[in-house]
Amino acid sequence: MTQGLTLRLGLLRNVMRRIFAAPVAGIFNIVVIGIALSLPTGMYVLLINAQDLVAELSSTPQISLFMKIESDQKHVDELRIELEQHPAIYGLEYIPRNQALEQLQQSTGLADVIGVLNENPLPDAFVIHPKPEQAHVLEKLRTELSKLPGVNQAQLDSSWAYKLEAILKFGRALTIILASLLSLALVSITFNTIRLQILTQREEIEVSKLIGATNAFIRRPFLYFGAIQGLLGGVAAYLILSISLWLLNLELETLSQLYVSEFSLQPLTMADTLTLLLFSMYLGLMGSWLSVARHLSQIEPK
Amino acid sequence: MISFSQVNKRYPGGYQALKNVSFNVNEGEMVFLTGHSGAGKSTLLKLIAAIERPNSGSVLVNNQNVGVLKERALPFLRRNIGIIFQDHKLLFDRSVFDNVMLPLQICGFDRRESAKRVRAALDKVGLLNREKSNPISLSGGEQQRVCIARAIVNRPTIMLADEPTGNLDVAYAREIMDIFTSFHQVGVTLLISTHDTNVLQENDVRVLSLDHGELQS
Repeated sequence: MTQGLTLRLGLLRNVMRRIFAAPVAGIFNIVVIGIALSLPTGMYVLLINAQDLVAELSSTPQISLFMKIESDQKHVDELRIELEQHPAIYGLEYIPRNQALEQLQQSTGLADVIGVLNENPLPDAFVIHPKPEQAHVLEKLRTELSKLPGVNQAQLDSSWAYKLEAILKFGRALTIILASLLSLALVSITFNTIRLQILTQREEIEVSKLIGATNAFIRRPFLYFGAIQGLLGGVAAYLILSISLWLLNLELETLSQLYVSEFSLQPLTMADTLTLLLFSMYLGLMGSWLSVARHLSQIEPK
Repeated sequence: MISFSQVNKRYPGGYQALKNVSFNVNEGEMVFLTGHSGAGKSTLLKLIAAIERPNSGSVLVNNQNVGVLKERALPFLRRNIGIIFQDHKLLFDRSVFDNVMLPLQICGFDRRESAKRVRAALDKVGLLNREKSNPISLSGGEQQRVCIARAIVNRPTIMLADEPTGNLDVAYAREIMDIFTSFHQVGVTLLISTHDTNVLQENDVRVLSLDHGELQS
């Protein structure tokens, strides 16, 4: 057991030495892999962030019902009772126009602008929580509500969220395509790197075979090399991504201050990072395995 | 130990390297293999280590028919055979010490134990003081001795040497032959190919003579 361990540690040392024997070439390879991986991973991170945002904004679809400004209190109360009994509605909030104005003043930093106004421009409103969730049923409900007497406008708040959701779906598909293509690129890079290595170490392989090395023994350092190069590429991708997110968040901070909201891009989670590293390691291993299977058998001692 | 029976070897392209060769080498025996260049000496040695396979006939090593040995089993056959190559086949990207270490690494020996063995092997061929050198800085005779050290470090029971004194002057050749004799004395089976008549005259051992692929009796 300990013998196997020292053997593997020694092997690892040799492989690291081999990667950094030609430091520039080795590092460039790792950078290329890192960039290739950081593109789909970056897209994934943006998607996750966008998804969180959408989920936050539209966890339940809402319909905002705006009354005509001139409608009186009695009319509003009648409508309220009618709405509470509506079978497709399970809850509603009434927001009187004074309260709406106060909220607006507090939440968006527009107090200065509002203070200039002589009268309250906002109508009474209801926020309605409908039972159904499908977009087309909600749309029908919205039309029905908008025709009620005294109602100026009914707005389905989640309709933009549905559109965004569709865009995100598109983005996900794009990410998957990109990830597949760039994974293929990673496998190809490793395949060629290992091919070159096998060619330059042709002599060593021949001699090793002549003095009794098993194929597994000859294969092993190349497989280790591929896996470690892939892993380091994954680490590079992680670093590229972290730095990019940090830079983007710096800019976002100014942006979100202007909008008086708190929003920043969340970095990769621990689990995602681990997945990225394992996946890149696996791809490296696969590339080297293919290369070794293809090229090693061509070298037979004469 | 080594037994050829009606062995034929024809290379792709039709060149017949060995014709109906049969002989026996007993355990612990030292045998010279001689013949003009192109007579089939190298081919015969390659058949023993299964670097080439016979077209017909059987090659037995330790009662194992190596001509039909599976690819997977080859490494374990070769670990028991120390081969000394005419062109040394040393690796110039590492020190003399690491060159000799290679067979032990391949067998997965403990590092400290192997270091001891490597030094013992280098001591035997008189190159202990050059262990840190790169083999490229050594003379032809010294490189040949590194190759011998590498062949014996694994303590094989059979040693094959292909023209070990080929490019060496008489004094060097004699040294190398002395080293082989010392292995013979500890019971190693040796098969040494040479066309060097001096060597043959100076050593009183059995000689197998090849002529155009045929064994002369």
